[in-house]
Amino acid sequence: MNWLLEPLAYEFMQRGLLASIIVGVLCAVMGTYVVLRGMAFLGDAMAHAILPGVAIAYLFRGNLLVGAGIAAVVIALSIGFFSRQGQIKEDTAIGILFAAALALGVALISTMQTYAVDLSHILFGNVLGVGTSDLLLISLLSIAILLTVWAFYKQFLVISFDPVLAATLRLPVELLRNLMLVLLALTVVVSLQTVGVSLAAAMLVTPAATAYLLTRRMWPMMVVSALIGALSSAIGLYLSYYLNIVSGSAIVLTATVLFLLAFLWKRMKSV
Amino acid sequence: MTHTPHRLEVENANIGYGDKIVINDLSFQVPPGARVAVVGPNGAGKSTLFKALVGLLPLESGRILIDGESLGAYKDCIAYVPQREDVDWRFPVTVNDVVMMGRYGQIGWFSRPSSRDKQIVDKSLEQMGIADLSNQSIGKLSGGQQQRAFLARALAQEPHVLLMDEPFTGVDVTTQEVTFNLLDHLRKREVTTLISTHDLNLAASRFDLVLLMNHRLIAYAEPSLAFQQQNLQEAFGDSLLIMKDGTMLVEEHHHYHEELK
Repeated sequence: MNWLLEPLAYEFMQRGLLASIIVGVLCAVMGTYVVLRGMAFLGDAMAHAILPGVAIAYLFRGNLLVGAGIAAVVIALSIGFFSRQGQIKEDTAIGILFAAALALGVALISTMQTYAVDLSHILFGNVLGVGTSDLLLISLLSIAILLTVWAFYKQFLVISFDPVLAATLRLPVELLRNLMLVLLALTVVVSLQTVGVSLAAAMLVTPAATAYLLTRRMWPMMVVSALIGALSSAIGLYLSYYLNIVSGSAIVLTATVLFLLAFLWKRMKSV
Repeated sequence: MTHTPHRLEVENANIGYGDKIVINDLSFQVPPGARVAVVGPNGAGKSTLFKALVGLLPLESGRILIDGESLGAYKDCIAYVPQREDVDWRFPVTVNDVVMMGRYGQIGWFSRPSSRDKQIVDKSLEQMGIADLSNQSIGKLSGGQQQRAFLARALAQEPHVLLMDEPFTGVDVTTQEVTFNLLDHLRKREVTTLISTHDLNLAASRFDLVLLMNHRLIAYAEPSLAFQQQNLQEAFGDSLLIMKDGTMLVEEHHHYHEELK
């Protein structure tokens, strides 16, 4: 048992573990929608698109999370705006905005002189640098997002499975779709610190895809996905401690191994 | 109220996507409980009409009234059974989940289904003969059973108007008969039904009214009047073939033949 408790002697490890597990659960739950609605590209794009917000916050010495949050919400709503009424396809809108935001972010960052360390933390996460106030912000945002998902479970299910039914039921489909995009954006922002923008997309997709293989209803899929997300985060963090590798990578690789196991199990069962 | 309103009224509707108008100046009225076949060649605007009736596509001009009120005045009074291709059959929902979605309009935004909702769902499943499949994944069912699940959902919605997009394409005879049984049942409850179909025989034999269209209204009458040669020729153009014995055939783009005696 000692190997389990040893890392927890450090306070930064306790905070890191807690933050990773919260983010793991949050990404996994939102990831259910990402997987079922085919929004993997969007999740990836969103993660990179927050770069200019982070850069601006850095320039003005503001809170990086707040900068990222504003950028993510602006991007999410812009995607909704450009693709509304089918004027251009959603993935085209995403492609354009994603590239533009990334370019702007890199342009802004290139004006700085000492960005290297912070940039690598933004890209790959720095879970051991999570402070008490960060942990509080991560927890509050996650609780708010999860409560919203819980409250709108029925509506999100209908707009995901059958948007036409949603229209006949006179649900505000556009509003719900935008709300979902905003929740997704906030999720990416929250995961900034643990897995970084480069790997956030993986935490959105991999646990949910694993759960999809193991369940056959939406609600259980979310729960199993959350468990897999939490488990990946915890195992990943321990691996990172003992093998001395980057925590974000360790977490994502653990989630990938769990996916492969589920995939093989499913294969063997169906033979 | 001085007169009984028609169940469904479409007045001078122009429907399209942006600059592209797909349906020109369409007007028709359907009395309560009537069963209307919407017939026309591929791309004639049948699905576009349904989208407008559902409220997915705003009208460029004109209006749609249900029971004398504008679209949206009543909640969930229209049920829609989608075309097979428009459903994601790999979505993780059970048959029961799908049918329960039909009740979501009646259930409050943040409430759970009541026991009455559950009763209605069970009854709808029973009526469509799929009560024993209630806990199956929707993707595991046969095509006919899947269609019956969506019919059960429409039933659970307790609609005033039911729209069905090509429900008779590629389904087995049992499902076709179950569908017509349901339609007979709905007629008793004065539910108005609009059904798009390629099958001219079915349209002629089992419907009260035929709405023949090709971007505009060509005929709206009882089947025998609507299916006059001149009308069919106007609607289908070169794909209408007339045999020596007077039988009329419609040749679709995908070499799909339908026959009308």
